[in-house]
Amino acid sequence: MKEFKGNILFLDRSDINTDEIIPAKYLTEIEKTALKQHLFEDLKLDGFNPEMDIKEKAVIVTRENFGCGSSREHAPWALEVNNINLVIGQSFARIFRQNMFNCGMPAIELSKDQIDSIFKGFKNSSANVSVDMEACQITIQSKDQTKKMDFQISEFDKALIKIGGWVEYADMHY
Amino acid sequence: MGKTIAEKIFETHLVDEPFGDVSVLKLDRVFCHEITTPMAIQDLMARGKDRVFDPDKIKAVIDHVSPAKDSKTAQQGKILREWAIRHKIKDFFDIGYNGVCHALFPEKGFVRPGFVIIMGDSHTCTHGAFGAFAAGVGTTDLEVGILKGVCTFKTPQTYKIEIVGELSCGVYAKDIILKVIKDLGVNGATNMVIEFTGNIVDEMNMDQRMTLSNMAVEAGATSGICLPDMTTVDYLWEFIKDQYKTPQDALKAFSKFRPDPDAEYAKVKTIDVSDLEPLTTFGYRPDNVKPVSQMLGTKINQVYIGSCTNGRLEDLRIAAKVLKGHTISPHIRGIVSPATPKIFSQALEEGIIKTFMDSGFCVTNPTCGACLGMSNGVLAQGEVAASTTNRNFAGRMGKGGMVHLMSPATAAASAIKGEISNSNLFCEQGK
Repeated sequence: MKEFKGNILFLDRSDINTDEIIPAKYLTEIEKTALKQHLFEDLKLDGFNPEMDIKEKAVIVTRENFGCGSSREHAPWALEVNNINLVIGQSFARIFRQNMFNCGMPAIELSKDQIDSIFKGFKNSSANVSVDMEACQITIQSKDQTKKMDFQISEFDKALIKIGGWVEYADMHY
Repeated sequence: MGKTIAEKIFETHLVDEPFGDVSVLKLDRVFCHEITTPMAIQDLMARGKDRVFDPDKIKAVIDHVSPAKDSKTAQQGKILREWAIRHKIKDFFDIGYNGVCHALFPEKGFVRPGFVIIMGDSHTCTHGAFGAFAAGVGTTDLEVGILKGVCTFKTPQTYKIEIVGELSCGVYAKDIILKVIKDLGVNGATNMVIEFTGNIVDEMNMDQRMTLSNMAVEAGATSGICLPDMTTVDYLWEFIKDQYKTPQDALKAFSKFRPDPDAEYAKVKTIDVSDLEPLTTFGYRPDNVKPVSQMLGTKINQVYIGSCTNGRLEDLRIAAKVLKGHTISPHIRGIVSPATPKIFSQALEEGIIKTFMDSGFCVTNPTCGACLGMSNGVLAQGEVAASTTNRNFAGRMGKGGMVHLMSPATAAASAIKGEISNSNLFCEQGK
């Protein structure tokens, strides 16, 4: 199992699409590591600087419908090669969400209120997250505060995370 | 309780329901192209599992960048080509025979009502036009599909969209789907299957239905399904005539995959398109939609007619009708890409290609190319395209470029004018 914890990259916008996560022109790469330096290079977000802002971040916190658009698994791969193995959002596009779990990486959905409170309480400080997949709980920490939040995830998605992804699961069962 | 189309298809394809959370479905088709499949092939090889579940159910094409534009795309083609040969995948379409996957595979008769189809391409929902459950997936789902012939889906909820009324002339399936996306929003049908019904859909031919189903994903839908009917049978007849005695027999068999009258829908929406005008997008989201009449005069640099949305014969016919006798504005780069060799060839026979060339359009071979900014018409920083494609995301056709999505008629008219413009085929209802 990968590690699902670390510093938060806040992406305070809804509908961030897969072309913004990794532009189509890099789909000609056949090594995942080649995607590393292009993550979010076309992201439309005020004040965002991919070179500065991605560094040493391991968890994304974002809004609604993250990962909409193309089916490219290059989107979760581009996160993975940047050591970002966890995305927390209000909702995800279906294919992106499934691609994350298929790669053994959680895409955790929280309510609008929970997401609002994370942005409100932690966006302007340096914060980090850790996840307890068994207890379905995330812990967010900054210098001044600690917050715990429960989330829901299906048993099947849990099994995918535990075993490392869909290829491993399918291999065992079908 | 009655069932929706998706529920009927799930029921007939169910292999497993792990933890009761998801449905593992048996696949009738796994479609492959050279952008998302090579990584799956390489991973299978690395795992020592370089096998395919059924070479006859796998169909492959090199379409996104063809001819190869550089060493990397050449390598992607090579990996797919060698894999297809190695596993005796006889339906593999390479240059000379290749075309945009979601136009080529239906044209080859690979889709049937009631099929479950996956492909590593979000516009796989196009095949829902035939009454199939067709969904775009990522590379891992594709990899397991290739190896085991199964894929997981959450039990879908169905969003029934009834499209009714009487369409004005010069308003097309593209305008209707832009209207649907505008009304639903880019997240409006996430994790849902759309069933497109209503008299307007009933009256559509298969090319038009494919345009409609193609952009269901732009509203977040898993698949966009049209009800199989005699139009579906007629399109498929040349491929199924050995299986059924008469078209009526085929219709009877396909009708199993029509929804029950008492099916339960998560949502129902009726859209009357009688007053619909030609539409186009503004901004970087496919639900940023306005009437063309409110976008008149928007300067453009390039017009692109093609793609899995609008590169079929009927699309080219309509654009040619607008272009006939005109030349495009001198500062416009016009590019048309017939979606398959058959469409190209028919367009040649009908004089459509000559009309495009006489008007100043460049005609390219069938490929996805410009639609996703990979080849054959990438925009420069600050440039604007009028395009018959499906996505207007920032950077989609080239970094710093802007894309306005529209019908082939509107795109052709805009090419002539040099700015966004309604076509002379558009006449408002009752005026």
